[in-house]
Parts: sequence; structure tokens; C-alpha cells
Amino acid sequence: MSFYDLIWLVPLFPLAGAIINGLVTHQMGLKKSVANTIALLGSGLAWIWAWAAVLQWYFTEAHTVSYVVKVYSWISGGDLPLLSGGTAPLEIAASFQLDPISAVMVCFVTFVGFLIHLYSVGYMHGESDKAYSRYFSYLNLFMFSMLTLVLGSNLLVLFVGWEGVGLCSYLLIGFYYEKDWCAAAGMKAFIFNRIGDFGFLLAIFFTFGWFGTLEFSKLFALLSQHHGDALVGSATIIGILLFVGAIGKSAQIPLFVWLPDAMAGPTPVSALIHAATMVTAGVYMVARCNFFYQLSPEAMLIVGIIGGVTAVFAATIGLVQNDIKKVLAYSTVSQLGYMFLAVGAGAYIVAIFHVVTHAFFKACLFLGSGSVIHACGGEQDMRKMGGLKKYMPKTYWTFLIATIAIAGIPPLAGFISKDAILAKVFEGGYTNLNQFGNVYYLLWILGLGGAFLTAFYMFRLVYMTFFGEFRGGEEAEHHLHESPWTMTLPLQVLAFLSVVGGVLIGFPGILFHKENWNFIEGFMGPMILGANGHGAEHAGGHAVSFGLEWALVFLSVAIAAAGIVLAYRWYKKDPEFSAPRALAERFPFAYKLLLNKYWVDELYDATIIRGTVALARFFWEFDARVVDGAVNGTRHATVASSFVSGVFDLKVIDGIVNLIATINQTASRYFRRLQVGFTQGYAMVMVFGAALLLAVFFISF
Amino acid sequence: MDFLVSHFAEILFYILAALAVLGSIGVITLKNPVHAALSLLGTFFIVAVLFVLQHAEFLAAVQVMVYAGGIMVLFLFVIMLVSVKGLKTQAAFLSPLIPVAVIGAILVGALIASAVLLGVFATGNAGPEALQMVDGEILGNTEAVGMVLYTKYLVPFEVVSVVLLVAMIGAIVFGRKDRFIGEHEGEVGS
Amino acid sequence: MITATHYLILSLMMFSLGLIGVMVRRNFITVLMSLELIFNAVNLNLIAFSFRLGDLSGQILAIFVITVAAAEAAIGLGLIIALTRIKDTVILDDANEMRS
Repeated sequence: MSFYDLIWLVPLFPLAGAIINGLVTHQMGLKKSVANTIALLGSGLAWIWAWAAVLQWYFTEAHTVSYVVKVYSWISGGDLPLLSGGTAPLEIAASFQLDPISAVMVCFVTFVGFLIHLYSVGYMHGESDKAYSRYFSYLNLFMFSMLTLVLGSNLLVLFVGWEGVGLCSYLLIGFYYEKDWCAAAGMKAFIFNRIGDFGFLLAIFFTFGWFGTLEFSKLFALLSQHHGDALVGSATIIGILLFVGAIGKSAQIPLFVWLPDAMAGPTPVSALIHAATMVTAGVYMVARCNFFYQLSPEAMLIVGIIGGVTAVFAATIGLVQNDIKKVLAYSTVSQLGYMFLAVGAGAYIVAIFHVVTHAFFKACLFLGSGSVIHACGGEQDMRKMGGLKKYMPKTYWTFLIATIAIAGIPPLAGFISKDAILAKVFEGGYTNLNQFGNVYYLLWILGLGGAFLTAFYMFRLVYMTFFGEFRGGEEAEHHLHESPWTMTLPLQVLAFLSVVGGVLIGFPGILFHKENWNFIEGFMGPMILGANGHGAEHAGGHAVSFGLEWALVFLSVAIAAAGIVLAYRWYKKDPEFSAPRALAERFPFAYKLLLNKYWVDELYDATIIRGTVALARFFWEFDARVVDGAVNGTRHATVASSFVSGVFDLKVIDGIVNLIATINQTASRYFRRLQVGFTQGYAMVMVFGAALLLAVFFISF
Repeated sequence: MDFLVSHFAEILFYILAALAVLGSIGVITLKNPVHAALSLLGTFFIVAVLFVLQHAEFLAAVQVMVYAGGIMVLFLFVIMLVSVKGLKTQAAFLSPLIPVAVIGAILVGALIASAVLLGVFATGNAGPEALQMVDGEILGNTEAVGMVLYTKYLVPFEVVSVVLLVAMIGAIVFGRKDRFIGEHEGEVGS
Repeated sequence: MITATHYLILSLMMFSLGLIGVMVRRNFITVLMSLELIFNAVNLNLIAFSFRLGDLSGQILAIFVITVAAAEAAIGLGLIIALTRIKDTVILDDANEMRS
């Protein structure tokens, strides 16, 4: 038996867990231990199976090509005409695919997912039995959807998972649905995702319409044959539409506002869905569909610009937020921006690499913040924290490591992946990629700025939370405690990976003339369509000279260090935070602008929501006046015509009916005399009738 | 005496016919149902003899057994069973209807008789041999009837047996005691 | 010479007498007896023609008539039993409910 032939079991384990928890444990109100055992089994088995399958596949199969396992034929609809002329059979299979990209994703998704399941066991222990089993049911369902998304071998299966994770995100953000704002946050996330999904769906339709298939491997082959011709236009359209989907899912400008609100859900959910896995689905999808972008410089550029702007934009908002989870949320948006920046520069592998490392340190940060919130009794405002270092050392250390990682200090994971991104973007400018060199230079500068901001706000977060004196009052201080092992163990594992993950997965060999030490580049290279049309080529060349590479490294490290130093001076040395306060007072508009997130929500409220409401009001008026008027007019006409027909009915039809009745009545008044019930009278009539018949017989004879 | 011998068949027929008519008149005129039934019994016997004269020996036996033995006994049983009180005191006839009924019957009879006498039906007999012959072989009448009944008329024979079965079930249903006491009254648990 | 016509006349007379009986008797039992007379008349007729035409079918038909007569008697007498149960009478016109 080969594990990878049964790769479809990987999503099925958590699905089974979700079904059992949702239908049995929840309905019967079983104990928490039952619910978490089932959930951990579901995600744990998926983890083990996935790793076994990937390892077996890696060592036995030719792992430079995709390995597709078809489960069953899903849609089979005969030949359809294509937009490009000709026909193609509509054959879509529910099939799963193992290739370098999905292998990397499935490995880290199952692993991080399992860790967060483990963490949730401790974190959610205060919930009621019912809520507990509901939570784990949703979480397992999310794992199923995410794994379907990652493993799907065609756009439609990917879309199923895509919708599934959106649904689970909605369910888990609105987990505390008794609170209105939580339910509203869930709805917001769902609607914003839906806007993106619209683009994604259109992209799927166009893909089939032009290429007649949705299979990634077939599309790859198809697009690598037709390079530099008429397909560029369709690739651009499909690429942009796909990116619209990715914008919604990965919270990029302009659809990013749902992600900070999504922090209404339980913190492990924020870690799993809104930091580590689901929001990176957009990056994954774009990287998976790199063949479209490689053919279309414009689509690539749009992706890069959106990513770069988002990276800085979200980081600036993060500077002034006081809610610990909000800071992390904007940090996530910012980091996702980096990933799209990488994609926009054609560095898909680096983007995936950053997805993985980001999953490690951001999950660690979120789980750490969950641990902090747990200790502070649900308090999320950093101004009421402080000095937690001595109460919860494990949380502090893991949190600090993850912070250093995200800030970009070598050799931690965050540094390696982020620096790779910046290097690639710089390389894009240096080599004048797609004749948009200046734009890429600009994006590189944005990226550097973002790196500085990231280092600053992350260390601000650390200093405000873990250093100084506790500001939450006597009462809360007594309750401070370190979290149980189920919560700290995932933290430690993730912190460890935040340290070594980067070096292990994506060793920056280019800096040491050891390119082949960079595992992920070599592994995933064949999956990327070469810019000139033919794929399967080692990506990172020697476009930038060796010295310049090192200069870039020192530059980014210096910028990160500057951010850290600034945060140290403002938030560590001065417990009153007087410097930032003075700054806020001097530039009240800028401060308010950042604090209120550029009023994007308000902007949407003023334009789209009010516009929608006004439109709805207009249609309501239209409905009330015109449609109802028409309906009422119809009513009047009906009443009038029915009056006429009623008169006709009463006089003519009833008249006829009554006439018939009268005739019958009159006749029966006489004929009923014959029916007297006198038996022998009947016999007599019979006899005379026979006589009559005989007489007739005689006469006629 | 010669006349008697040479016209024995005619004389016998006329005597029997007269008796049959007399019996029939008895049936419809005697007030007591028992007397009427006995009169009918006599008529049945006479008709059985007439059957013999017409070479229907098997049928004569059936007539005696079924009519005289079966149906008659049934009638007498019912008369005993019913024994309605004051039956004899009531008028046995629908007096006002008698003339009309007689006229009607005579009218029908006269019409048929005129048809007969006008020669619509030819006279002359085929002889007894035909009634004993099946496939050119001379048998007894009973055997011949059996042969025909179980070959040519097998299906009607079976159908008639079903008719009898249905009649039997019907008679049982009508005769059930609890049938008219009231719907479900007296049944337990309804 | 006794021909079929003689028998037909006899049969006719019995038939007519039966008919009168059916029409004028008030007692249900006697009405049924009159019906038996009519059946006998018919049988006599059939036998006469059977002899006249030399065809056994007439006799077979007579057997069927006897069967039907037996069935009729059984049903009729069952009806009499039922009638006495609900009406306590065997007088036909007393059983009439339509006049009241």
C-alpha cells in the first residue's frame, strides 16, 4: 500500500472528526474529553498520513511532476464549445494532486493545524460542553476544507475547499454568536470573501472557456506550449480575476477590512485560519496558477503593487493599535502583502516559503497572545497589560523568539524568507523585469519601509505586554498564571520552528555560493512556468552580483534593527510612553488617521453600504409605487372582469343549471309515483312489458 | 280397450298434464303455505314423469332428487322456521290485483300459444335414439348426458358451480343471526 | 300422437299459472314456490325441444336451469329468514318502506 495513492484520506480524517463531533458529540452533549479526543484524532491522523504520504512520494515517485489521484468523476457533461473555438469535453474529476507546492502546503497545514488543535484543548476549556464540541467540529471541518483546497488537482476542487474554508471562517469568527459584534464580524468576513469569490468564479469560467480544462497539470502543459502569442490577453484576464479572489481571501487592499474584525473569533482560530493557513490560500492559489501570471506581466505587476502597498499600509495601522490581536491582525495583512509582493516579482517559491515561515511565527505569536489573553482573563488591550514576563516565562520567551523572527533578525525564519522576497523584488528592479524595473525599485523601497515598521510595532507589542509594570489592576494581577502544557507545547514547537524553519527549508545558499542547499527552490522549481514560456528551470540565477546581495542583507538587517531600537527607546525605557504620546498630540490628524484605520470602514460605509441602502430604498420605492401599482391595477382589472364573469355566472350558467334541475324535479315529481316499493307491482309491469314485446314481435313478424 | 292401448301415450300425457295444471293451480290458490308446498311437490313429481316420457331419464331423476328432495325440504324447513304468528289470519292474496294478473298472464300465454298454434314451431319428433347417441354410439341417456356435460359443456358446468358457491355464501350471509342486530353491537373491543 | 306442441301448451299453462302466483300471492314463500313453477315450465319446454330436435343440449341446459333454481331458492329463502328477523313478517307488501 502506498500512502500517496490514498492521499484523499488526508482531508477525510478531519471530515469524519467534524461529522462525529458535530452530529454525535454535540447533539448528545458528550463530555469535552470525547470531543477533543475525536478532534485530535481527526487532525492528528491527517497529519501523520500526510507526512507519510509526502515522504513516501518524495522518495519513490518522480517528484518533479504532479501525481494525480482521481477519486471519482465528478462532473461529466459532454462536449462544450469553447471561447477560443472548438470544443472540449466537460470532464471534471474530484481528484487530488501531490506535487512540490501541495506537498509543502499539506505538510505545514496538517502540522500547524494539529498543534493548534492541541492548543485549543487547553484554551477552550472554559466553554460549555456543547460549545466545545461545536468548536472542534468547526475546526476539523476547516482542516478538511483547507486540505481539499491544498490538495485539489483542479480549480474546481480547489474552489470547493476555498468556499469551505470561507464557511468555516465565518462559523468560527461568529463562534460567540450571542454577541452581536461577533456575528457581524463573521458576516463581514463572509461578504468580503464573497466579493473575491465572484472574481474567482469568473476566472474558473474563463479558464474553462479558453482552455477547456481546469486541471493544473494540463493547464501548465497547455500554457508552456503556447508562449508569447494570443494567450497573453486571456492569461491577463484570468490572472487578474484570480487575484480578485485572492484579494478577498488574503485580505489585501481593498478587501482587507474583514481580517482585523475576524479577531472576534477565539484566538486559536485567529492563529490557524486568520494567520497561518486560510488567508495564505490566496498566495497559494496565485502561486499554483503561476503559469497565468508568468505569461502576463501586467497581471504580475498588479499583484506586486497591491501586495507592496498593502504591506506598508497595514503596517502603519498596526503602529498605533492597542488591541494585541488587532496589531497581529494588521501584521498578518502586512505579511500577506509581502507574499503578494513576492508573487508580483515572479518569486512564487519565495512567496510559498514565506507562507510557511509566516505560519510558524505568526501562529506562535497568535497563540502566545491567546495565552496572554487567557491569563489576563479575556483582556485584549495592551495598555492594561505589562510586566507579564515574570508571570509567564514560557509564553514570553516563545513570543519574543517569534517577534524577532518576524522583525527580520538573522538567522531566524522570518528574516530569511522576508529577505528573500526583498532580494527578489530588488532583482526585479535591477534586471528591469518585464520592462517595469522602476516600479519594482519602488516596491522594494516600500518593502524596506514595511520591514522597518514591522520591527517597530512588533517590539512595541512585546515591550507593552511583557515589560514594565502590570497596568491591569490588583485584582487581575492575582489571576496571572502560566498556561497549561497543551498551550505552551505548541508555542515551544512553533518557536523552535521559527528559529530553524527558515534555514532548514530555504537556506539562502545564494549568499554562500551554495545554491543547491536551498531546498525549497530546487524542490518547487519545476512547478513554475518559466517567464519565457518553458518551465522547469532553476529560478534564482546570478542576476545580482554577490556583493550587492550581501549589501541588501545588511541593509534590511539594519532597518529592522533601527525599528527595534526605536521601539526600545519609546516603549521600554520610558514606562509612560511619553514620546509617542507627544508625537500623537503634535500630529493629531495622522494619529487619528492611523488609529481609525484610514477610515476605510467608514469609507465603505459611506459609499458602498449607504449606496446599497439607497439603491435598495430606490428599488423599494420602485416596488411600492410602480410594481405595487401594477399589481393593484391588475387587481382592479381582475375585480372588474370577475364582476362581469360573476354576473354571467349567476344569470346564465346558474340559470341553465337551475333549468335542468327544475326539469328534473318536475319530471321526478310524476315519475317517482311509479317507484312505490311494491314488489309485485313491478312483476306486473314486467309481465305487461313482456306482453307488449311479444305483441310487437307478432306485428312485425 | 284397443283405443286405450293404441292411445296409451296420449291418455297418459293428458292425465299427467291435467294433474300438473291442477298442482300448479293448487300452488297459487291454497292459503296455507304447507299445503301449497305439498301441491308443488306433487307437480314436481308429475313433471318428472313427463321428463321420462320425453326420454330424459337422467333429468327426471335429478328433478326428483333436487326439487322434491332438496328444494322442497328447504321450503318446508323455512316454513317451519319462520312460523310467523298470525300468518293464516292475513289475506293470502292481493285481491284487487287478481283480475289484472290473470289478464296479464293469459295475455302472455295466449300470445305464445298463438305463436305455437300458428305453426311457428314445427311438430314431429326426432326419436329417442338421438338422445342416447354420442359420436354415433348408442349409450344410456345418463351416460350420454355425462359425456356431453363433461366435454362440450365443461366450462359452463364449472361456471355454474361457482354460481352455486356464491349463492351458498349469500344465503349464509343473509341467514346470519347477528347481521341485523346492529353494526358491531355486542362485539368486544370495538 | 303427442308432439312437442302439446308439451309447449302444458308448459305455457304452468308458466302462466306461476306468473299469476308471483303477482297475486302476498306470502313471500308462496311467491318463491310460484317461481319454482315457472322454472319447471321452462324445463319442460327445454326437454320437449330436446326430444323434438334430438339434441342433448336441451337437457344440459335444463340441468343448468335446475342449478340456478336451486341457487335462487337458497338465496330467496335466506332473504325470507332475514326479512322475518328485521320485520317479523313474510308478507311482501308489509316489507315495503317506501310508502310511509
